[in-house]
Order: sequence, then C-alpha cells, then structure tokens
Amino acid sequence: MSEAQRECEGPDCNNPAVVHWTQVVNNESSTQYLCKACAAAKGISTDPPPELDVTKFLSQLGAKGSPAPSEPSRSCTFCGLTFEDFRNTGRLGCSHCFTTYDSSMRRLLERIHGSSRHVGKVYLPPDPEAAEIDRRLDGLRRSLRRAIEVEDFERAALLRDEIREHEPSD
Amino acid sequence: MDDAAANFDFGLGWLEADGPDADIVLSTRVRLARNLQGHPYVGSASDGQREVICRTVARAFENTSMRRRAVLLRMTEMSERARKVLFERRLISREIAGLRTGPDGGVAVAIAGDGPVSVLINEEDHLRLQGLVGGLRVADAWSMVDRLDEELGRGLHFAYHHEFGYLTCCPTNVGTGLRASALLHLPGLVLTKEIAKALQGISEVGLTFRGLHGEGSEVVGNFFQISNQTTLGQSEEDLVEHLTRIVTTVLEKERRARQVLLRDAGPVTEDKVWRAYGLLRYARALEYEELMNLLSGVRLGVSLQLLPSPSVYSLNRIMILSQAAHLEEAAGRALTAPERRAHRAEYVRRVLAAGNPPTSGPGG
Repeated sequence: MSEAQRECEGPDCNNPAVVHWTQVVNNESSTQYLCKACAAAKGISTDPPPELDVTKFLSQLGAKGSPAPSEPSRSCTFCGLTFEDFRNTGRLGCSHCFTTYDSSMRRLLERIHGSSRHVGKVYLPPDPEAAEIDRRLDGLRRSLRRAIEVEDFERAALLRDEIREHEPSD
Repeated sequence: MDDAAANFDFGLGWLEADGPDADIVLSTRVRLARNLQGHPYVGSASDGQREVICRTVARAFENTSMRRRAVLLRMTEMSERARKVLFERRLISREIAGLRTGPDGGVAVAIAGDGPVSVLINEEDHLRLQGLVGGLRVADAWSMVDRLDEELGRGLHFAYHHEFGYLTCCPTNVGTGLRASALLHLPGLVLTKEIAKALQGISEVGLTFRGLHGEGSEVVGNFFQISNQTTLGQSEEDLVEHLTRIVTTVLEKERRARQVLLRDAGPVTEDKVWRAYGLLRYARALEYEELMNLLSGVRLGVSLQLLPSPSVYSLNRIMILSQAAHLEEAAGRALTAPERRAHRAEYVRRVLAAGNPPTSGPGG
C-alpha cells in the first residue's frame, strides 16, 4: 500500500498508517491515519470478511489450545451433541445446544458475524408471553421507523396495523 | 408428483426476464432458514422424526395464503431424474435432491402454485423459505418470503433466541437466517480484466460470490452469484438494501466495461458474439460448459444490440432446459453422453431458428 508512508496518528505510535478513517459529522469530514492496532483499538475492523468454514475455524481454535471454547466434557441434554461433535462437523444438533454452549456460541457468532445480537425481525410464537409481545412491538416500531426513513409507506401502513393489533387497548 | 416436475414451465417464472436489468441480473433469490422448537436438527433426526417435521410443516403450509395449486414433492417419491430436474431449475439444492447419496425420508419441497416461493423441508434446516424472481428485485423477493414466514410462524413454533435471533443448524446462518443473492452475468468485467478487483471489492463490504448453483459450484459462462456473508447484527431490510446497493454498483461497472469493450475493441467484440451465435446456431454437438460460454457471448451481443435476437428470455430458457436431466426428461429416456450433446445442440438450434433469426450480417 503506497499510503503506508504516513505515520499512525494514534497516541504514542510511530507505526505506518494503513487505515484511513474518514468520518462525516454535521457535513464536516475529518480523516485520521491509523495503524491496524490503533484502528482496532477504536473498534475499526480492517480484517477481510471472516472465513466461513466453521469446522476449520473451530479446529484451529482447538489446535492452538488457547482461547478454545473450554467447554466441559458435557453434552447437550436434549440431543446429546458434545462440543467435540460440533467442532468436528460445524453443525449443531438442536436449538437447545445454543443454551448448552452459550458462551462459546456467543464468541463464535461474534467472530463470524461481528455481532451476537439479532436486530432483525422479532419472532412472535403462536402462544406468546407478555415479554415476547413487548419485544415484538419494539421490533415492529424499529421496522416502522426504518420504513418511514426510506419512504416505504406501504410497508409502514402494514407495520402500523400490526403494532395496533398487539398494543394493549386503553 | 413427477408430473409437476415434468411440466416444462413449472417453477420457471424467474426466466421471464421481465425484472429490472434482466439482461445482466438473471435472478434474485432470498431465503430464510428456520427450525422448529423442540425437534432435533435434520442431521441428528431419525427418519421418523424427519417425517413428523415434514408433516407439521406441510400442514402449516396448507394454512397459508400460498396453498392454492401448491404442490408438495417428497424426494423419496420422485425419480432421480425428476429430482435432478428440480435441482437444475434451481428450486432445490443438490443436498435435498439426494443426487449423491439418494433421498432421505421426510425430505420435501412445498412449492406455491401462484407465486415464486417455496419451502424446502428438512434440508440443512427444518425449513428453508425461498423466493426466486427474475431481474434485480431483492426487496420484492424479501417481502414475498417475509409474508410466507409471518404466515407459517403463526402456526409453527420456530426456534428463536431473544438475543441471537432465529437459530439454525450452522452458526453462519443464525440471526435473520437470511441469505439474499443475485445471479449476474459479468462478461464485460471479465474481458476487461476488472473482475478480480470487483470481486475483491465485494468481499470487502461483507458480500461473497459463488457459481450458478450456489455453494461449492464453479463459475461458468461468466455467471456470478453475489450474496451476503453474514446474517446477524443487521436487520433484514439492511441486508436487502446493502445487497441491492452493491449489486447496482457492480451492474454499473459492468455496463461501463461493456462500453469500453465497444469503444476499444468494437470489431473484435462484434466478431466474438457473432461467432458464438454461429456456433450455437449450427453446432451438432454441445457440451454444457461450452454451451454456457457461447451463451455468454450471445447474451453480451444481445444486450449490446450487436445481435438482433434471440430474446433474453430464450437465452435464459436454453441455459436451464439444456441441462442433462431436462434433455432426458424431454427425450423420455436416459441418454448417453454423446446423445446428450447431440440433443442439446438440436434443442438450441430449434430455439434459435424459431426466434426471428438474424437475416443480415454486420453492416448488411
């Protein structure tokens, strides 16, 4: 990279800058030149998209032995899948596995997707509890705001109807 | 059951070429992965458990607005050729068709009669809802599967985690469970050697590319399938909009590359597309890969108006209907490799002869 001539503007850092971080705030744009480490410290990812071969990823974790998901040698109480099985196939045995291996799954999802928090559709099961309805309503309101932002008024109308359907009537 | 698969227009609405930019974007697909709460995932389920899942999903599908003239095709009840026909139509995956290992019990596809949506049952996940439409219409495909998802979700108890979202067998699909993809024809970028840069750019913005038949398939005939790589941490609308925006950019680059080709190598380009047309029009034996490469040239020629015919729709049909299982289905019997090549060439000649054949050459 020819841009690497510049020095990183991070605190006490003389590394070559390889990241140009341009932000636009109130129509004012500002650019910072950073090395990879200082960029990472600011939460700016420069890595190429994560490798999606889960098995490979898991086996690498195992091989290095360190931040390996140190799951105890238990198995999922619902389907019997062990973490070793998962590491070998990259496939889970049932939905309960996500609870069984909660912290490992969280780490893995963050590694794969860059996040472990779902911000999309909120599912409403056939016999919902109050908390599930609340979460669904939050999700619908989020979608409504977005539909209005992008001027998709047809969708906005549908979302409004659905919100009304779930909102407690006064 | 096989009758439906043998119907030559069944599930082929996406070939119509009536969507936006259909000369470059063959199709757009959106699929959602869903699983049922309280059932083992497909890989860990017994035949009996898969059967229960299949019946449960089929019953829920029966209660949706998509049920009219819908069909449920069970893989174990179909011939290998019929399953391969569905695979070649891009309605089912190679895995669900059981082309390598034979079909498994409880594995099926429910296809709506009136719309381009279907549900794969017991593939990798219990349900894979998909919408497949022609041209660049990511938001349309999404709203179709979204509606089906809403309707199915009223009757089925989907596996959902309040933090992780929809749970799937492979962690790469968790969250929205949404994979949106567009199948693009990019000969301009390939010929101007800009394709590597474009694909690099795609991977830098969280998208990935594959061949015609998705994961593990090779790129032939300059067809690239571009899709989102991650499924968690962004809303469905964000994923859909992001793919649309990036594909639109690639599309513009492709159109510019084509203009560069015309400007800097007009005569060579014109010669190439006419040669491709000539070979397709008169060849007596065609390998599928050769056909795809020639179709690529002709498609480019039609798009650049260097060739007056055939229509993009005819080109789309040739691409799908000249695959091995389709040729055998039309012949009503198994074909040897040389017979397949001959039948393919004959079919292509027939389509091109019927489609207002060009009567004059360049400048004539």
